[in-house]
Amino acid sequence: MSSKTEQRASTDLPGAGPRDATRGGVNRAALPRERGRESPLLVEVSRRGFLAGLGAASAGLALGWRILDAGDAAAEATAATAAAGAPVFAPNPFIQIGVDGVVTIVCARSEMGQGIRSSLPVLIADEFGADPAKIRVVQGDTDAKYGDQNTDGSTSIRNFFEPMRQVAATARAMLVAAAAARWRVPAARLTTRSDAVHDPRTGKSLGFATLAAAAAALPVPKTAALRPQSELTHLGTELPLRDGADYVTGKAAYGADVRVPGMLTAVIARPPAVFGKLARLDDRRARAVPGVRQVVPLPALTPPAGSQPLGGVAVIADHTYAAIRGRAALDLAWDAGPNGDYDSQRYTDQLLAAVRAPGETVRKVGDADRALAGAARRVEAEYLVPHLTHAPMEPPAALVKLDGDRCEVWTCTQDPQDAQEAVAKALGLSPARVTVHVTFLGGGFGRKSMPDYAVEAALLAKAAGAPVRVQWTREDEIRHGYYHTHSAQALAAGLDAGGNVVAWRHRIAFPSISATFASDKGHPSLGELSQGIIDLPLAIPNVVIQTGPAPQHVRIGWMRSVNNVQHAFAVQSFIAELAAATRRDPRDMLLAILGPGRTLTQEEQGVEKLTNYGAPLARHPIDVARFHRVIERVTQAAGWDTAQRSGRALGLAVHRSFLSYIAVVAQVGKGPRGELRVEQAWIAADAGTIVNADRVRAQLEGAFVFGMTTALHAAITVKRGAVEQSNFRDYPLTRIGEVPRKIHVELIASDGPPGGVGEPGVPPVAPAILNAVFALTGQRVRTLPLVRAPVVSPA
Amino acid sequence: MIQLTVNGVAHEVDADGEMPLLWALRDLLGLTGTKYGCGEALCGACTVHLDGRAVRSCVTPLRRAAGRAVTTIEGLSPAGDHPVQRAWVELGVPQCGFCQAGQIMTAAALLAENPHPTDDDIDHSMAGNLCRCGTYVRIRAAIRKVAGT
Repeated sequence: MSSKTEQRASTDLPGAGPRDATRGGVNRAALPRERGRESPLLVEVSRRGFLAGLGAASAGLALGWRILDAGDAAAEATAATAAAGAPVFAPNPFIQIGVDGVVTIVCARSEMGQGIRSSLPVLIADEFGADPAKIRVVQGDTDAKYGDQNTDGSTSIRNFFEPMRQVAATARAMLVAAAAARWRVPAARLTTRSDAVHDPRTGKSLGFATLAAAAAALPVPKTAALRPQSELTHLGTELPLRDGADYVTGKAAYGADVRVPGMLTAVIARPPAVFGKLARLDDRRARAVPGVRQVVPLPALTPPAGSQPLGGVAVIADHTYAAIRGRAALDLAWDAGPNGDYDSQRYTDQLLAAVRAPGETVRKVGDADRALAGAARRVEAEYLVPHLTHAPMEPPAALVKLDGDRCEVWTCTQDPQDAQEAVAKALGLSPARVTVHVTFLGGGFGRKSMPDYAVEAALLAKAAGAPVRVQWTREDEIRHGYYHTHSAQALAAGLDAGGNVVAWRHRIAFPSISATFASDKGHPSLGELSQGIIDLPLAIPNVVIQTGPAPQHVRIGWMRSVNNVQHAFAVQSFIAELAAATRRDPRDMLLAILGPGRTLTQEEQGVEKLTNYGAPLARHPIDVARFHRVIERVTQAAGWDTAQRSGRALGLAVHRSFLSYIAVVAQVGKGPRGELRVEQAWIAADAGTIVNADRVRAQLEGAFVFGMTTALHAAITVKRGAVEQSNFRDYPLTRIGEVPRKIHVELIASDGPPGGVGEPGVPPVAPAILNAVFALTGQRVRTLPLVRAPVVSPA
Repeated sequence: MIQLTVNGVAHEVDADGEMPLLWALRDLLGLTGTKYGCGEALCGACTVHLDGRAVRSCVTPLRRAAGRAVTTIEGLSPAGDHPVQRAWVELGVPQCGFCQAGQIMTAAALLAENPHPTDDDIDHSMAGNLCRCGTYVRIRAAIRKVAGT
């Protein structure tokens, strides 16, 4: 599935609460500017006192926690805000006006680099009529009032664009009504901008601060008309990076940066294979390490894995160094458990066997087998993508503090509500007793949708009788992840005498994410196949798509753009292979296979359902003309038809995911030692209406680099149930010297409903690069990453 | 007791001399701007200056820092307005921001030594700093902006 919520809906998860049905909120609060030292100067802001000061209605807006020291001006300002009392105007959980007249906007989505704090609050301010340069942005703690806070599926803009404008419009209507009453004029002719209501006829204006008290006495309207999009003056512009100053000075607090008095630090030795158990433990040497306080065995994990901890043995210490040393001194042995035989090499053979035989049909038009048998020519190819891991620069970390039956969690999570539920369950508390404060995330990429590390911290805080921070090391992150699935795909095309594709057969096998949460059906889910397979335009009369069996042996999770990664790689590579086989220009072959401009239907696709990332097809049709547009734009920008290139070549790929259309051209050449280099890249994106052009560009630039890692370097392999890689030495990421000097981003102007941005840039990158490698060298890479492919060696 | 001067402030730290400077900064002195990313000098997130030179604090034992001047991101400039920091904000370099303290410390050390680096110089000096968000193109641009090249 494209997102956790959709996934749960489809797999009947026990953990799926009613909130999964709601999709209304936003999230993100003022993050701590932690400058404290471990000294008696530390003062913890009393959360309860603070909230009392702000009033119940604004509980979610409170900064709530931070460490004060005498020199912290920002903290003093916060204290001043608290002292100032309740907001004057707070018609909904997202917007309020304080006694100081400042408009505060809550961001209830996690910030993980996608720039949501720089984008969504500005949209809200724009619709409201506040000056975005003057707003205060506060991170929303876990609260159902914000709707679903799960920050995944590239949903923060696409699902909240209208609901958030609606929230702002109703708040605006109240201020307008207050002004209309004051001036005794019709509300309809009044407008808002720059923190004031204006009457264009009289030229009069009244500031929001002046109107706030009167407006607060009015009923909150259920709905209000949105502004015409043209009046949202900041929409689509290059908005400033809201937290830029905090990022570059080290003040932005991430999961491991929160400090509370008396806090201990834990690292955990986890079983090498999933569902493995502790067989023997001698902790005498570990307990002798200076600074180590306690060694705590954790309960073994039982299926399904879900978001529960893996088990193992925790070492709790005064500081991280002692905890790491203590863990290294543990003498322990494991029972490998049911996955102890999992071996990536053998599993690859199993996957290949699965796609070399007929499987379960998930898409069918015409009779592909017959057409293949009768074709003038047949082209076949098999593609392999290994397990991948997220490798965010920030490894998971969580701090939990228990106080009677109250629990506070500070963590880098994409899904604070899931963390709340999981922690509550582990502690036997009602979720209402658990508050999750979302810190900045040092990258998420889907890993931080899973709150297993917060549950670990909760269990250990209980065991230690003190606040405990769990720190994952890099080795933990690489060896104990929720991996991108391992896949094999077999494609076969039948061509007629004129070189036209008349038959298309695509067989796929990979372990499903669903099996992480429920019993393993052994086949991908509909949602997983809806990522570039079921929804792929194919103007071919005979199509069959089948899935083969693939049981799960490690925890499979969502990784940026999820199954689109392997699907776009296989499909976009294969289309280029068909072009080569028929001596056609790859762009022309791609356009021929996509077919004429049209919107796709279930009937044309030969599928039971187009899940379409949870969006209605009427609002977000699968529009082939938009594929054409990005292909045209990117090939123009790259000079596909005109540029002379000696010693270098271009590769093209296009993909629709998360409702956005992205085409990529990569230019590959050779360096001084004959090594392959990605020299330049062009990206054209149609993501519908864009809120913040600068962050969209940044996401697409970053997606190219992320895709380079998948194409060139990354592979997680498992032997005897244990992951073989452990750090950036053997799980290398793309470094600066490999990155093109220029990544050109072309944004298609659109006033259509917004699509996703965080993920869709990734899928076309690997096939574009490897199509360029083929164009340059004649060597086709069908097994990712390129470093493991048999024929070509990079730098 | 180990004598440590961090951002111009003298500290006495009661810790094992083998403790990596990273953990002393973060856990003992509360300077959390310096990040843990790998523990093996493979990612550069923990970069600080030791007597003005960029080092990976995750593999620098405390005893090696004793008596020398340590500068962290918190101390790079009093008002957070070092030219590198300003360029980083102006060009919108950070995405998640986690690696950027290390990137900035490495870039500042590079520019102190070589005020007008070429792209090749930049790629060479910044090779040890990973960014999973992929902000490298803007990192290059920001360094060149400071260098005026």
